Amino acid sequence: MNPNKPVTAQAISSKEGGFTLGPLQMGPACCDPEPVIEVENLSLRYGDKTALDKVTLDIYRGCITALIGPSGCGKTSFLSAINRLTDLIPNCVIGGHIRVDGQDIHTTESNVQALRQKVGMVFQKPTPFPLSIRRNLSLPLCEYGVTRRSEIDAISEQVLRDVGLWDEVCDRLDTTALALSGGQQQRLCIARALTLRPKILLMDEPCSALDPMASGVVEDLISRLQGHYTIVIVTHNLAQARRIANYAAFFWVKERAAGQLIEFGRCQHIFESPTDPLTAAYINGTRG
Amino acid sequence: MLKTNARRWRHFYLDRLVQIFVYLAVLTVCAVFLWILVDLLRGGFAHLSWNFLIESPRDAGRAGGIGSILVSTMLILLVALGAALPLAWTTAALLAEYVPATSKFGMLVRYSLQVLAGVPSIVFGLFGNAFFSIYLGLGFSILSGGLTLACMLLPILVSTAEAGLRAVPDSYRLSAAALGMTRAATLIRLLLPIAAPALAAGLLLGIGRAVAETAALLFTSGYVDRMPGSLLDSGRALALHIFDLSMNVPGGDVPAYASALVLVAMLLCINIFAMQLVQSWQRRNTILE
Repeated sequence: MNPNKPVTAQAISSKEGGFTLGPLQMGPACCDPEPVIEVENLSLRYGDKTALDKVTLDIYRGCITALIGPSGCGKTSFLSAINRLTDLIPNCVIGGHIRVDGQDIHTTESNVQALRQKVGMVFQKPTPFPLSIRRNLSLPLCEYGVTRRSEIDAISEQVLRDVGLWDEVCDRLDTTALALSGGQQQRLCIARALTLRPKILLMDEPCSALDPMASGVVEDLISRLQGHYTIVIVTHNLAQARRIANYAAFFWVKERAAGQLIEFGRCQHIFESPTDPLTAAYINGTRG
Repeated sequence: MLKTNARRWRHFYLDRLVQIFVYLAVLTVCAVFLWILVDLLRGGFAHLSWNFLIESPRDAGRAGGIGSILVSTMLILLVALGAALPLAWTTAALLAEYVPATSKFGMLVRYSLQVLAGVPSIVFGLFGNAFFSIYLGLGFSILSGGLTLACMLLPILVSTAEAGLRAVPDSYRLSAAALGMTRAATLIRLLLPIAAPALAAGLLLGIGRAVAETAALLFTSGYVDRMPGSLLDSGRALALHIFDLSMNVPGGDVPAYASALVLVAMLLCINIFAMQLVQSWQRRNTILE
């Protein structure tokens, strides 16, 4: 997508690119085994410490891919390499290639702004800005050249409806986003990422800081986004991965070594008939 | 049995003694403030009137009011803030956002600001006189006084703004980066609005400092008590007026008291306002935790 071209309300509500989430229009998921992110021999170092070693993996369009594995095995590092948040970490060195839509993202000429518009991210702890709900959604839009009030309002309403938050907040858009509950805050963060019409959503344990009820709502939301977005989600909740993911990637870290990808495959396959004994042990709770 | 009882009594008395001592210390501190306030009220309140606030001083300040003095004070303040704020806030943004906390360059800037903060104001006055009044040829004027004050205000403005920016959690910066916001946009659209109360509190502290300044203005803005016609005119600041009335003008005690009362009232208002701002900011930050 051309970064200079503003995201318009029409584009969002149009039939091809747009969609409306909600109980009425939940269609069948369209998960397509066509790679949209191709990761090839990805290695990642923080100074002397290698966090990831030679990971090769394809993420398929429209699918939910769950990254599972114990803490410290490089799942979050893997995630932040995809939208180049690793650029912000001093001493972080990346080897190998990541291609998003066929374009290598770590070359010098690739545009990081355009990449992050295409690849949205949601963090573990909800991070709404301490501003009004409206401002939270308009801030990224301003950055990409959408300045007309009517357009911003239309997009804001659309994304809030998409995450099922509109009815809860439509009468208090100008109050601070910090007054929302944890689950609402996390859904607002997802809505904020959706304002830029990304193709890919990276989620770093989006439910782990929420109570079980709120976590359930966010989980439902994520599974409803399937098909419309390509989602890569890090989770420590194996039951959750099993419920929502189409594909699963199991990472493991051996003592004093770098994180590695042990096994990748369809979710059912990973959970029911894993080929690697480590995966089996982790799934069954005997290791990890 | 007896021994433990004696020890218990000793502990009891010691405890009481410490308590009394602490309360006495607090009382003394409050008493000093109250004493000054009561003294000022007794000496100057009767002299206060609307006319006193708007008239120009006559007979070296024995008669008339402090109208022109207040105007000069405000002009000096405006010049000082106009010069210091852009410099200070840009420096703070650089120190907090663009330079790693441990970098040599950042340390050097911070260290020089600390030294600047410790320099006595009379030294600033001499520097201002030598540099702005004589070298740059601004003479005894509101402009050179304001610029001298600006140098004095830099440390306090930079350090409050830097602390305010640093207090903004990193998660906001990360979220903004993930949304494709550039560093500059993050700073202007997100971090500065969030840190605004801290910037405002620093600003008010700076204003308080500037309004109360005497020594730095003695050799720079001068002590002509007429209504200033331009920024290149000499103008007498309020604190300087009080100094002059009490030291150089026989029979100027009552107007000096009244002027001091006005000054203290201004400082009090500024401080209360600054405190309110900081408190509201802290409340907002605790919600974040």
